[in-house]
Amino acid sequence: MNGKRKMTTPLLSLKNISRSFGSTRAVADVSLDVGQGEFFGLLGPSGCGKTTTLRMIAGLEKPDAGTIQFQNTDITNLPAERRGFGMVFQNYALFPHLNVFENVAFGLRARHAAKAAIGERVASALDLVQLPGYEKRAVDELSGGQQQRVAIARAIAIEPALLLFDEPLSNLDVSLREETRSELRELVTRLGLTAVYVTHDQEEAFALCDRISVMVGGRLMQTGEPRELYERPSDIAVARFLGRNNLIKAMRVSSSNTGDGEFKTLEGGHTLHLPVKHSDLSPLNQPVFLSIRPEHVQLDANGAHGATTTQTANSLRGTIREIVFAGATSTVRVDAAGLLLEALVLQPGGLTIDQECTVVLPQDRLTLLQNQRG
Amino acid sequence: MKKRSALLIVITLVVLVYGVVYPNLFVVATSLQRDGMWTLANYREVLSQAVVIEAILNSVGVSVLTVLLCAIVGVPLAFLFERFDFPGRRVFAALAALPLVLPPLVGTVAFIFLYGESGILAHSIQNLFGLETPPWSLQGWAALLFFHTYTMYPFFYVLTGAGLRRIDASLAEAARGLGASRIVVLRRVLLPQLTPSLIAAGLLTFMTSMASFSAPLLFGGNVRVLTLEIFTARQRGDAVMAVTETVVLALISLAALIFFQRYEGTRRFAAAAMKGAPRRRAAIASGKARVLATIFAILFAIVLVLPVATLVLVSFAREGSWTTQTLPPAYTVANYIRLFNEPLASEVFVNSLLMSAIAAVAALLWSFTVVTLVVRRGSGRLFDKGWRRLLSLLVLIPWALPGTVVAISVAEAYGRPGSLLGSFVLVGTFWILPVVYFLRFMPLVVRALQASMEQLDPALDEAAGSLGARAWQRFTRVTLPLVWPGAVAGTLLAFVIALGEYVASVLVFVPANRPISIAIASELRDFNLGAAAAYGVILIVIISVSMVAAGKLEKMR
Repeated sequence: MNGKRKMTTPLLSLKNISRSFGSTRAVADVSLDVGQGEFFGLLGPSGCGKTTTLRMIAGLEKPDAGTIQFQNTDITNLPAERRGFGMVFQNYALFPHLNVFENVAFGLRARHAAKAAIGERVASALDLVQLPGYEKRAVDELSGGQQQRVAIARAIAIEPALLLFDEPLSNLDVSLREETRSELRELVTRLGLTAVYVTHDQEEAFALCDRISVMVGGRLMQTGEPRELYERPSDIAVARFLGRNNLIKAMRVSSSNTGDGEFKTLEGGHTLHLPVKHSDLSPLNQPVFLSIRPEHVQLDANGAHGATTTQTANSLRGTIREIVFAGATSTVRVDAAGLLLEALVLQPGGLTIDQECTVVLPQDRLTLLQNQRG
Repeated sequence: MKKRSALLIVITLVVLVYGVVYPNLFVVATSLQRDGMWTLANYREVLSQAVVIEAILNSVGVSVLTVLLCAIVGVPLAFLFERFDFPGRRVFAALAALPLVLPPLVGTVAFIFLYGESGILAHSIQNLFGLETPPWSLQGWAALLFFHTYTMYPFFYVLTGAGLRRIDASLAEAARGLGASRIVVLRRVLLPQLTPSLIAAGLLTFMTSMASFSAPLLFGGNVRVLTLEIFTARQRGDAVMAVTETVVLALISLAALIFFQRYEGTRRFAAAAMKGAPRRRAAIASGKARVLATIFAILFAIVLVLPVATLVLVSFAREGSWTTQTLPPAYTVANYIRLFNEPLASEVFVNSLLMSAIAAVAALLWSFTVVTLVVRRGSGRLFDKGWRRLLSLLVLIPWALPGTVVAISVAEAYGRPGSLLGSFVLVGTFWILPVVYFLRFMPLVVRALQASMEQLDPALDEAAGSLGARAWQRFTRVTLPLVWPGAVAGTLLAFVIALGEYVASVLVFVPANRPISIAIASELRDFNLGAAAAYGVILIVIISVSMVAAGKLEKMR
């Protein structure tokens, strides 16, 4: 991963992009920067505007407002065919009347490349996607995975300045998807390409991307490295979308200069402590959301634990209501005096339903959601 | 880019204004004028004549009855052949649509030879029972409805079959699972879902029957219909009467179109997009039922083929030899030799082939212009929805109107100098027929191309764009190769229908462009039965070859 690299001037830059279809606002005021060599993800639920954003980058849609810059040049009104970006479509969009060779050669012929150069570049593109010798095949004879590779070969054959992916793996079955995913990442890195990758699958985005923008309802909610998004979601929509999350409604009752915030949960009336930055503070006695991942909730069935911990340890008494077995882990739902919490447990062996237990919400794992929208 | 679009718009507008808007408005205006004054006098006069009222009632009556009869024949056949499997099913299924490609005039002639009062069937019964006179005459309502049912039942058969294939089998299974009997499933589940297909079939049948001309002319007897009235009024030289009746005919057709489409809109089912189990044909288990179904299929196949077989037989009959015998007694190839040797006869083929080809190729080129304007997607859209709908409507008008109306309107609008064409008079020249053929059949080509275009995945064009292909490259290297088979298939269909065209041709042909259909009619009038049949057979051969080619092209998609 090269996500730590300093971005001096971005390669691609979207500035306040908006696009409406009729009365629906598909994309609203989106700004983002993609650096040279970066694998950038656009992640969000279906209908969130991520594909429309990608299509505007590709030049297939025009934004109603805002500008798109590439290498510091305004390309907002440049038609797709003059952008030189390769795109891999969700359904691959292979030309059914052309064989594999002609599909991959299409972009080169459109550029009137020399015949010898075309043969060479097609061969090397097919080598890269591990389909050498498939030149003469008709595209409808290929399996889904092979069609996908042809689509990628076709996009990289033109040596694109930017590679765009629109959910390219969503038509593949699960095992093939994971295999293709790592190959894809490896290929893009090896060729030193910059990629923008649209997906609704957070696992896929986390595995592939250096940085990710999460979009919900046409808005860009948060941009960051996968880990940062997962552990420090900035708002409810992102927290909800990225995996399971305990969202706890609470009110800040006080905070000290040392950065210790004291909150009272609306359900159960528990007192929770977590470090807060001064700048993040909302007014006292206003409801806010705290979030913690189920895997960070600690569960102690013995109950003896409770005696030694102080209030600042965020330890709550509760009753186990449900245990859901899911293979490697189990989800345990605990009722702590009306506050329902989910915990992820590796070995639920000693746990039974209706058992009393102690739940600990570690301070450093609790997040105060910055943006309370959603 | 901008310039090219402007050119497309200009071409489209010119064709639509000259071909559709002006002639139709001209006819309406003429019908509303007398001695240069605007008046309803023509309508008052025309509609006060008993003959005209009778013709209107006959036209509508024949059409309504035709729709009912075709539904009674076509829908059960579709159920039988689409939902069950038994020996002989394929034989019939392959022949079912045959009457659709038979030119109406050729079909009419074949019917006369087969079912007419001196036809094979009547003769055989007469000879069998030693009757003095033929047992029946092929005249009037019964004859008309019999012929119409034979030629138009495929609308119901084909569309109901397609509708049944679309219906998700799991729906019927679910209904059965909920306790519904077979009858209830049919009435409450299947028929409601078939409604759009049935309405479409009813519309096509009604319109075709309203426009029917050959059958009423040759064996309508005393059943005078509107198309025939218009034709005789024009033959008499009563142009005003012909024009006024034309407008009446056009209005009835358009009213039917609106009536049927109203209903169509109320019954739309979105179920087609859901995942479901494809329906398999059930083999008929009961032995007796199997035998019955098989016999029925074979009988029906014979009924379908018999007129064509008769035509082939008669085409080899020695002229004048066939009088009262069951079958023609003497056979020869002289009829065919005559057609190819006699310059006047072979000229007819050249005329028809040339004019149909001109019309079809023009329709193909023009369809690309129109469809580009109508279908274009994405940001490069030229018109808003309303304009595109108006454009589609104008294109379809000549197809919705009976051939008689199209021919009369063009003939009237361009019948004397001072029209939109300036001093040029189209009527009386060779070009009148290619123009009429083009107008009548271009909607078929536009429809075919439009369907191909709409099936085209828009991502293909976008993919080509993202790979650097300019608009022209995208059109020639991606769009054109993919829509070409559909467009050519549509063009071939237009071509073969134009080859056998009679209704419009008989109104405006001149010696310089005498088409095959006119030759058939005149051979028949001179009692050269063999020659008339031979023309028909050659026409059928050309049509069959073209249809097979079109089918091959369709499969290429």
